[in-house]
Amino acid sequence: MATTEPQVLATDVAATAVAAPAANALISVRALDAFFGATRAVRDVNLDFLEGQVTAIIGPSGCGKSTLLRCLNRMHETVTTARVEGEVRLDGKDIYERSVNPIEVRRRIGMVFQRPTPFPTMSVRDNVTAGFRAAGRAAPSRAEQHAIAEWALHRAALWAEVKDRLNDSAMALSGGQQQRLCIARALATKPRVLLLDEPTASLDPLSTQKIEELVYELRGDVTVVIVTHNMQQAARVSDRTAFMLLGDLVEVAPTSRMFTSPSDERTEAYITGRFG
Amino acid sequence: MTSRAPRRSIRARRARSAAMVALTVVAALLATLPLVLILGLLLKQGASSLNWAFFTAMPKPVGETGGGMANALAGTLMLIAIASAIGLPVGIGAGMYLAEHRGGRLASVVRFLSDVLNGLPSIVVGIFAWQFLVRPVKHFSALAGGIALAAMMIPLVARATEEMIRLVPNSLREAALALGYPRWRTSLTVVLRTALPGIVTGALVAVARIAGETAPLLFTAFGNQFWSTSLTQPISALPLQIFSYAISPYEEWHSLAWAGALVLLALVLVISLIARYVTRSRFGHGHD
Repeated sequence: MATTEPQVLATDVAATAVAAPAANALISVRALDAFFGATRAVRDVNLDFLEGQVTAIIGPSGCGKSTLLRCLNRMHETVTTARVEGEVRLDGKDIYERSVNPIEVRRRIGMVFQRPTPFPTMSVRDNVTAGFRAAGRAAPSRAEQHAIAEWALHRAALWAEVKDRLNDSAMALSGGQQQRLCIARALATKPRVLLLDEPTASLDPLSTQKIEELVYELRGDVTVVIVTHNMQQAARVSDRTAFMLLGDLVEVAPTSRMFTSPSDERTEAYITGRFG
Repeated sequence: MTSRAPRRSIRARRARSAAMVALTVVAALLATLPLVLILGLLLKQGASSLNWAFFTAMPKPVGETGGGMANALAGTLMLIAIASAIGLPVGIGAGMYLAEHRGGRLASVVRFLSDVLNGLPSIVVGIFAWQFLVRPVKHFSALAGGIALAAMMIPLVARATEEMIRLVPNSLREAALALGYPRWRTSLTVVLRTALPGIVTGALVAVARIAGETAPLLFTAFGNQFWSTSLTQPISALPLQIFSYAISPYEEWHSLAWAGALVLLALVLVISLIARYVTRSRFGHGHD
């Protein structure tokens, strides 16, 4: 432990040098380390996520991109032995401060996972309103729930397909529909940030295209962070791209520049397909 | 020459295969034979004594014809109710703990002990209940019987609950947490609800199992020739009544014992059928 200390200090100095967050940053990550037991999966990441923009995080398997994403809504710590050090500021306030309730954080930041995760015991409508119902103290009226479900399903471009099946089991939907249902469920609480963890990894090309179009639609209203191993997808949907390698954030730049003239040679090696 | 040898070996392999399949079919039939024979015997011996009075009438003194087992039937249902009221919440709660803290030291100790309890001879459970629930108060009681049955139920329900909760994918748990569900709400409304059909099945199997238990009741519920619904008094139960009638020297009582055995078997069969139905309806809705 003692031997690593000088190194940490050095990076801290480096971090303070770049610490001022961009003016339109909604989330700014500073000196973030994420651990599984003794393994450091994310190393000293400094990164801003700009309001209303789509940021893609790319990198080879095991580079820590999903772990970084899960640090943004305090999901990382739900795994036993997992631990986070550093700051994640949402609207200037550190979500890792002692006084902050992780449940409140997760309510304000939506998340969708690699595989669709509809609740199998709930209908389509109840799935969409699940987070909404959990957030309020008093149970919302049926009309209120229906209005929220309709709004969120419209946002997730699913309304036309399920408007006659709101009382059916969510498991009866196709995989792509289930994933858009999960996006609707995340949007129903009107979060400012939506985290997508390889949301199309288990879907067919057509469903993938629908999700990508949806992400494109959401920009402006919602700040989106999307983790993907698919570089074409990052290029299609994102405004900015971050490249991670072995737990380090190598480079972050506007997507167009990232894919045409990356400044780091490791980034260039990765996006030209020389490894990963 | 070269073409005959493989053909013969194929024929030999087919014959061996047919023989082995036949052996397993015989084994499968033998496995179900006891139940078929028991059912046949009970129907032959007991059906004649089975009438409406059997369910509604009280036992008659020796020498009088007729009479039924209304008290024993009510007693069995009451003992099942007491055992379930104690055994289901404790068993399901323990199972939830085992599933959610699977790696913990306490969990592995509890898991091991509940497996031991599961294998404990039921007479031992009966003696234990007598020592702690009957001896101090100096009389047999329905409550003591129910608790003894609950002790047999808890490990069954706990392990069934644990298995069913483990089948719920972790991704569902994560999805609920990411929506801002507190842990307790995740466990109750997502994990437990998803696992519920399986847990209900496990609970019904446990009920079916204890419904016919005799040994734990011998020193606790004890049996009663009269109508009783008191928790603190000895109470009759079908297995106990069958036992005392079967060892009696009276022909009349023997046939009542057969009828009682038939009713007990029917009760267990019905519970098993409900358990099957609940399991099936789990996969009934939708597809993915």
